[in-house]
Amino acid sequence: MSEKVLPLRQASPADAASLTAEVAGLIVEALNLDIAPADIDPGQPLYGEGLGLDSIDILEIALVVSKHYGVQLRADSAENERIFGSLRQLVEYIGAHRTK
Amino acid sequence: MIAHASGDAVVAYRAGAPIRVWQFLEDVRRLVATLEGAAHVLNACTDRYHFSVGFAASLASGAVSLLPPTTTPEMVCQLQRFAPGAVCLTDQPDCDIALPRVRYPPAARTNGIGSGDCAPAPVPLIAEAQLAGYVFTSGSTGAPVPHPKTFGPLARCVRIEAERLGLRGGEPWAIVATVPPQHMYGFESSVLMAMLNGHALCAERPFYPADVTAALEAIPRPRLLVSTPVHLRALLASGLALPPTDLILSATAPLAQQLAEEAEQRFGTRLLEIYGSTETGQIAARRPTVSAEWRLWPEVTLSIEGEESFAEGGHLERRTRLYDVLELTGEDRFLLHGRVTDLVNIAGKRSSLGYLNHQLNSIPGVLDGAFFHVEETAVLKTGVARVGACVVAPGLDAPRLLEALRQRVDPVFLPRPLLLVPRLPRNSTGKLSQEALRSLAAAR
Repeated sequence: MSEKVLPLRQASPADAASLTAEVAGLIVEALNLDIAPADIDPGQPLYGEGLGLDSIDILEIALVVSKHYGVQLRADSAENERIFGSLRQLVEYIGAHRTK
Repeated sequence: MIAHASGDAVVAYRAGAPIRVWQFLEDVRRLVATLEGAAHVLNACTDRYHFSVGFAASLASGAVSLLPPTTTPEMVCQLQRFAPGAVCLTDQPDCDIALPRVRYPPAARTNGIGSGDCAPAPVPLIAEAQLAGYVFTSGSTGAPVPHPKTFGPLARCVRIEAERLGLRGGEPWAIVATVPPQHMYGFESSVLMAMLNGHALCAERPFYPADVTAALEAIPRPRLLVSTPVHLRALLASGLALPPTDLILSATAPLAQQLAEEAEQRFGTRLLEIYGSTETGQIAARRPTVSAEWRLWPEVTLSIEGEESFAEGGHLERRTRLYDVLELTGEDRFLLHGRVTDLVNIAGKRSSLGYLNHQLNSIPGVLDGAFFHVEETAVLKTGVARVGACVVAPGLDAPRLLEALRQRVDPVFLPRPLLLVPRLPRNSTGKLSQEALRSLAAAR
């Protein structure tokens, strides 16, 4: 995956906003959440307090992210905690590492 | 305490590098010196090797390990009441468990212990009758129920497990587990399986599919993967290449037949399911692609009285109730027909509607409240059976209620959905049915 030379993605604010809406929609759908995608505050924590997701949910999100964007998450990366720090950070990570 | 043949035998792997018996014994000796005086140890280490050293050092120093299902502030408070003076062994710098903490690794001592020039640490001998630990289940009235585990029966159980799985007496296996060492299934099938049968455990607890495949690839064969339906489903759906694995174990929830078949094909191996409970430990196994029937451990017998099932004999220290609906099909065989209604089991974390209701109704401001099992249609999508709740609490909103519950119960039991209602759908006798709660939730 890292061998492939991809043009560095410079996401425009509009791209970032549409990716945020898309990821929020995937999360709500995958987890059967009782809220509208737009109701997820992009700055609030996904895990624990905030949206209140648990580790089973995180695994589910990781699956959806790998299917849609080709990004395989790893728990031993120091970034992991930051990635699920908020929807915004998750979207930034996907934007930077997506292969599809 | 360990069954490995020599000081150079491998007890664990970290990032693929072997940790040998002499190192393990040295680590145990150092920790014993640090634990001195503690009667009860809450072993919260997340690294499986650290946990094993902690468990072994507790055994060697005569301390009893505490293995609670969760470490919410409420649970820790109850544990302190149960075992005053208990310490928490942790390898996490940001551990917030409110007990006196013992850090792993222990600080280096200057009095010569561990300096390398003293004699190799001996293998501690543990008496069969020594109390090794308490595992806990949530009772229905708030206080966790302790289940004592004696060393002899624990050892006997995992030796039988090794025989059943074909892991006894042959070459050493390497074990990767996606379940925590504190959970009875992970404790037996990874920690005790390795220590007491001469195998090696993987220190990491891989979580994402890419972590699991990397952990498997880093260790030599034969390899055992100890996992759950939730993790196996994620692995199979990940699209990753799956490393050849020599045996897969699944427990905590029934594994869909199709998933079992796919796992066997794609890993090129056998998949066995383990049946057990916190109270009994494991007592039966089956290969779901071959038979729906479970085969009991030798000398364990089941009996059914009305709607209640009990197990006894073998490694069981007493006759013990099982919270599942079982059907006996032969002397040592049975079928599993689901859980008893009150039981809640979410990805291997167990509670009861009674316990959750008690916690909910103990929150100041809650006038009435009840949990319910969500409908199967919602379960099919994610493979995880969640719980919901209806609550009457005029002065509280959902975020504050969830925050209060989070202090009391494990996060997997937080209700989804959580409905604030003017009153609960009780019938004329005050009874509340699961169906009425589900209908109320569906109508909103």
